[in-house]
Amino acid sequence: MALAENRGAGRHRLPRFQRILWKIARVLGSVVITMLGLMFITFIIGRVMPVDPVLAVVGERATNEVYQQVYHDMGLDRPLLVQFGYYIWDVLHGDFGMSLLNARPVAEDIRRVFPATFELATLGVLFGVVIGVPLGVMAAVKRGSWIDQTARVVALIGYSMPIFWLGLMGLLIFYGILNWVGGPGRLDIIWEGMVPERTGMILLDSLLAGNWDVFKNAFSHIILPASILGYYSMAYISRMTRSFMLEQLSAEYITTARVKGLPERRVIWKHAFGNIRVQLITVIALSYANLLEGAVLTETIFAWPGLGSYITTALLSADMNAVLGGTVVVGLIFVLLNIFSDLLYQVFDPRAK
Amino acid sequence: MMSDSLNDPRLGFRGWLLTDTPTSRFHARCVAFYSGWLKFRSNTMAMVGLMILILLVLIAAFAPWIAPHDPLAQDLAGRLKPPLSEGHLLGTDSLGRDILSRLIYGSRITLYIVTLVALIAPIVGLLVGTVAGYAGGIVDAVLMRLTDIFLAFPRLVLALAFVAALGAGIENAVLAISITAWPPYARLARAETLTIRNSDYIAAIRLQGAGPMRIITKHIWPLCISSLIVRVTLDMAGVILTAAGLGFLGLGAQPPSPEWGAMVAEGRRFILDHWWVATMPGLAIFIVSLAFNLLGDGLRDVLDPKDAG
Amino acid sequence: MSEKPLLDIEDLTVTFPTRQGDFQAVRGISFTLGRERLGIVGESGSGKSMTGRAILRLIRPPGRVEAGKLELEGTDLLKLSEREMQKIRGQRISMVMQDPKFSLNPVMRIGDQIMEIYRFHTGAGKRAAYEKAIEMLEAVSIRDPERVMRAYPHEMSGGMGQRIMIAMMMVTEPDILIADEPTSALDVSVQTQVLSIMDRLVRERGMGLIFISHDLNLVASFCDRVLIMYAGKIVEVCDADRLHEARHPYTRGLLGSLPRLDEPRHHLEVLKRDPAWLDAPSVSGRQ
Repeated sequence: MALAENRGAGRHRLPRFQRILWKIARVLGSVVITMLGLMFITFIIGRVMPVDPVLAVVGERATNEVYQQVYHDMGLDRPLLVQFGYYIWDVLHGDFGMSLLNARPVAEDIRRVFPATFELATLGVLFGVVIGVPLGVMAAVKRGSWIDQTARVVALIGYSMPIFWLGLMGLLIFYGILNWVGGPGRLDIIWEGMVPERTGMILLDSLLAGNWDVFKNAFSHIILPASILGYYSMAYISRMTRSFMLEQLSAEYITTARVKGLPERRVIWKHAFGNIRVQLITVIALSYANLLEGAVLTETIFAWPGLGSYITTALLSADMNAVLGGTVVVGLIFVLLNIFSDLLYQVFDPRAK
Repeated sequence: MMSDSLNDPRLGFRGWLLTDTPTSRFHARCVAFYSGWLKFRSNTMAMVGLMILILLVLIAAFAPWIAPHDPLAQDLAGRLKPPLSEGHLLGTDSLGRDILSRLIYGSRITLYIVTLVALIAPIVGLLVGTVAGYAGGIVDAVLMRLTDIFLAFPRLVLALAFVAALGAGIENAVLAISITAWPPYARLARAETLTIRNSDYIAAIRLQGAGPMRIITKHIWPLCISSLIVRVTLDMAGVILTAAGLGFLGLGAQPPSPEWGAMVAEGRRFILDHWWVATMPGLAIFIVSLAFNLLGDGLRDVLDPKDAG
Repeated sequence: MSEKPLLDIEDLTVTFPTRQGDFQAVRGISFTLGRERLGIVGESGSGKSMTGRAILRLIRPPGRVEAGKLELEGTDLLKLSEREMQKIRGQRISMVMQDPKFSLNPVMRIGDQIMEIYRFHTGAGKRAAYEKAIEMLEAVSIRDPERVMRAYPHEMSGGMGQRIMIAMMMVTEPDILIADEPTSALDVSVQTQVLSIMDRLVRERGMGLIFISHDLNLVASFCDRVLIMYAGKIVEVCDADRLHEARHPYTRGLLGSLPRLDEPRHHLEVLKRDPAWLDAPSVSGRQ
């Protein structure tokens, strides 16, 4: 008996770090493969695009010689795989090529627009977590009650409503009719350029500069698109929280906690919720990634100068490098968020073997 | 097909459908289907969803007879009329076209997209998933890695990139959505295949000399179907939203076709002054995707009780 | 056993509403528990587990618990508020459940789980709780208590898990322990060990034990008195050492359906259930 105990506990302690390292190595390996595949897809999309990239550079009236020269310079006469190799090499160096629209490096453009999306999506997720998690927990605890029904309806509407339409309706009601919030854009024009750009996130920048007026104005602009994005993430998070909690609440250790005489609040929040924490972080990471997608449409509606509207603008003007660059970046964020939640599982869930 | 219960005058056809002792395979299927239907029917919300969708199909089928106006007929004199104005129940858009008629004809486009995606994506997913699950080893590893790569993209963004490459248009939108929609089905089919493959009765069939083709098509596919149907129904709401999103961005059906998402985009310019132009098509999208969600929830309770909740 | 009983139960009923009307899992049973070891035996669905949970008022709505009397040393448990009931649970009455794999919280360290119940009921500090927990783990023959305190439940074997469970449920020195099939999920080789540890602790502390099991022989060898339940009722009450004198056909059936080494038989009897048992009144287990 004693021997078995020793072995059981010892296996847990000794090679834990090695195990984690091995896991990290494996995860990194799969990231590399996934990213390669991701870039291959975007690369192929770029090749079949009905836009002639050479023509876009040299213009319609270039001579055949110039055309051929540029065709060669761009490496388009090399085998596809070699071209792909160069593409990867460039992307690894943070080079997504030049935007055909404004002749600036795409990477630079993305760096410039990304903070706006980041700010919007973060606020949205915050909204979704702060409301969605307690709502999901309450819905599970009081299953079948009015609060559960409400949560169900709220989520159902979230799953069924086109986000671009909800955005328009929000603008119509809260901006057009009630005038409670700022309209499209990040700031009213008179506040534009009032605070130095440090992080690219206006709320933060205005706080850093101590400019309260700009902050207030920026807040009035971001609150509506962020709540609309947040509504979607809230719908998802609350549903997932509810089903995780239902699973845990029917578990035997919950009965144990009640037998121990613990108050219901502790049974729910310490014992049941403690068991869904890691799962929940995965869901939140996933919903954060989904918000990037929602941002494409929301940013269009709210004239929000972020990654989403950057991609759509590029798309409509057939700016291939910009579209692909944006897609790769969004894909990369997706993959990183997935991996982050995966690692979290491995490291923080004591049950993960 | 004759059976005792059928001849029993007290029970009649209903009794035949509810018997515990079916007399043939066909009979057994009818009984299973009927008891599923009874369970489904008791779910009010799911029935509402089903009704809405049946109504949608009817509207699409009889559009020329129902629509009060030609959806493309412009009337610049009567543009931007508010709802409930004479002859235009839901008002007119910026070119004086009747919004109600456009919505009615637009249901055809929505159904067209939904049907095609619902056929293409699950079938591709089923093929990939069952082959991966059944073959195992390197085939499985490669196919699943491919699936993961597609899953790594946000769907709308990938669909956008594909439409950009293929060119805007409704067929390309369908293709782009299908390309982004198949991976979850592949995962699902693979998981089902793995459980089924290792079961004893598949081993028995194999001992009887059945080859992999026969096992996959005759024994594994039928068992994957019910969970796939639930998943498809639940996903259709998302497909409608994605298609509408593409239309809204001008990458789906091209004007002047009355696609709902494109109609919202058209009305967007007037949102503050003429709210109905964007509101009505948006409501249509919302109602249809809500119907699919309700139906999917109901079907899940009937067909796939294990993850009900 | 003639002095005032620890637990006095009269006409206890547990009801669950279903679509087909109310279902009574426990149908008006009465018994008392002194500082003794009382076995409750029955097949699954006989209401034995529900009885245990009803005493702790752990039947969740829409299930209902009703009783003419449900008293712990004169205190009517049904009249207590939920908050007062929480002071009873874990402090006066504890319960050990079937499978430690599921009944211990998988993401809390074992030490934290033991200290939690102790600190909650006694208000003791961390240090004192830690020492008490170690002492308790030693009492259930765990060799390396410091390390076990830091471990998570999934790192423990089934037998160790159940001993930890017992340690946890006894750390507050309750008056009554309800053990609901405490050894059914365990390996046969450690069952006896866990039982003897539990037996020793219950004896040493002069507690009352309700031992719920489907295994009549186990109960007979372990308890002082046995209640036999069938379909929510008590059909027979026996002293454990006089079980062979049991008269009820169900009890006889249970005894007869067990293979015995000393009396080999060609085929084991199958339990015959008489519908008349369903309507017969419950036998009282009061003393």
